[in-house]
Amino acid sequence: MGMTMTQKILAAHAGLDKVEAGQLIKCKLDMVLGNDVTTPVAINEFEKAGFSGVFDGSKISLVMDHFTPNKDIKSAAHCKQCRDFASDMGVKNYFDVGDMGIEHALLPEKGLVAAGECIIGADSHTCTYGALNAFSTGVGSTDMAAGMATGEAWFKVPSAIKFNLTGKLNEYVMGKDVILHIIGMIGVDGALYKSMEFSGDGLKNLSMDDRLSMANMAIEAGAKNGIFAFDEITKAYQDGRVNRPYKTYEADKDAVYDAVYDIDLSKIKSTVAFPHLPENTKTIDEVGEVKIDQVVIGSCTNGRMEDLEMAAKILKGKHVAKNVRCIVIPATQKIYLEAMKKGLFEIFVEAGCAVSTPTCGPCLGGHMGILAKGERAVATTNRNFVGRMGHPESEVYLASPAIAAASAVTGKISDVSEVL
Amino acid sequence: MKAFGKVHKYGDNVDTDVIIPARYLNTADHKELAAHCMEDIDADFVKNVKEGDIIVANQNFGCGSSREHAPIAIKASGISCVIASTFARIFYRNAINTALPILECDEAVKNIDNGDEVEVDFDTGVITNKTKGQTYKAQPFPDFMKEIINAGGLLKSLKK
Repeated sequence: MGMTMTQKILAAHAGLDKVEAGQLIKCKLDMVLGNDVTTPVAINEFEKAGFSGVFDGSKISLVMDHFTPNKDIKSAAHCKQCRDFASDMGVKNYFDVGDMGIEHALLPEKGLVAAGECIIGADSHTCTYGALNAFSTGVGSTDMAAGMATGEAWFKVPSAIKFNLTGKLNEYVMGKDVILHIIGMIGVDGALYKSMEFSGDGLKNLSMDDRLSMANMAIEAGAKNGIFAFDEITKAYQDGRVNRPYKTYEADKDAVYDAVYDIDLSKIKSTVAFPHLPENTKTIDEVGEVKIDQVVIGSCTNGRMEDLEMAAKILKGKHVAKNVRCIVIPATQKIYLEAMKKGLFEIFVEAGCAVSTPTCGPCLGGHMGILAKGERAVATTNRNFVGRMGHPESEVYLASPAIAAASAVTGKISDVSEVL
Repeated sequence: MKAFGKVHKYGDNVDTDVIIPARYLNTADHKELAAHCMEDIDADFVKNVKEGDIIVANQNFGCGSSREHAPIAIKASGISCVIASTFARIFYRNAINTALPILECDEAVKNIDNGDEVEVDFDTGVITNKTKGQTYKAQPFPDFMKEIINAGGLLKSLKK
């Protein structure tokens, strides 16, 4: 019986020739990640347990992205605790305001994560790096603390669901729509404890930004990780970013899957997830009249260059509807600079959008765009749980940057065709 | 080891945002987090919960954000055990790693109602519903996880 991509990476990092689903193993880690919300809890545990040093200062990344620029005194204290820890422990990859980005956009961009590597992060969307053909998964702060101390983590080897992608997306349909479609199909626990493995002929038509946003939301189907096969597009992305040798992994021909789904990308329509679960999906033609108060374009799911370019293409020469706030958040400093140089900010500001420095901010109801009771937002983010963006009686509708931008113009959830 | 308490029952997909909303994640203090536990799904939880009480929920408990503040808040609120049909995987890890006892038992979840008084024997995995006079059997943990829980959490087990 052959192995999946995930199983091969885990076996290699456990020093084993072969692993099977269900097996408990200990793996060597190539990167351990934390942010300003999860790292303080990890540092407390690390210190309480009496550890005095980290396993490798170059294999730890601390990114201050959730409540930054600091929203209050307590958040500032958390960042200070992380900053001091990084300095004391010789953590090389510490990113603060001015050079940071949203962690899951930043680490691939800087080449800190690469194909074939084994990565844990104290943030559920750490599964994003599967887009690079890496095994990466979200854990809690205690696992992060143990990872920083020992360079290892325990895993139960997952079984997998395979998604065989064919065809090509239609204009204005994005990776976000594909992953929302899939979550709608299999449910928020449809891949619980499992890997979601993406391969097939259609991969050549999916950009790295599309793949990153798809792998990012594997957790919203309950998955342990999402992972893409390695190809020329992955290679081109990593060239110039990753300066160390890396290994790529493909699934064995006789690998066993719990299920295999064939997805024809040309059949995917723009998709919106209604409150309060990412599985409550409707295609854009089924949405009906949903008036909105706010639009958020950004996050670790959709704050990358292609996302901003798509939004700008739709917002160019138009204006955000009266009584709608549209907040655009480039995911990293590099993306911010590129968007500025390309004139995207001019388009956004002239359209009546607010453009923010990189932050997770509103996605988790932290700051920079909180909803009042009864308000509705269309967001390119990843979760629409009760109270996710603010008041427990507010609502979040998840969509692509194309749908979010079109909706900002009309003031209700709208297809791109309504504004172009 | 045994737990005994009154049940607070919830449905499917209880996510970590409702267990501890992000607006309170600017603190890592266990007591402060416990003061807002379950706030967005059950505003009266903190008022009603007593030391030793048990949370029972359906599928996919603890889905969403990896915030360890969720099991921390639950444990610090006085809850002695969480029983669910299934747990989201990060929450499952976090509960084991922070030594919050959890059990997967669909039969118990189907039969236990809100307010029932329940006893849990962690050594045998037997759950006794004192109110209804029923018993249910949960899956025991693999030895490796038992060691982590018995040591008082992952880091304590690593230090051994």
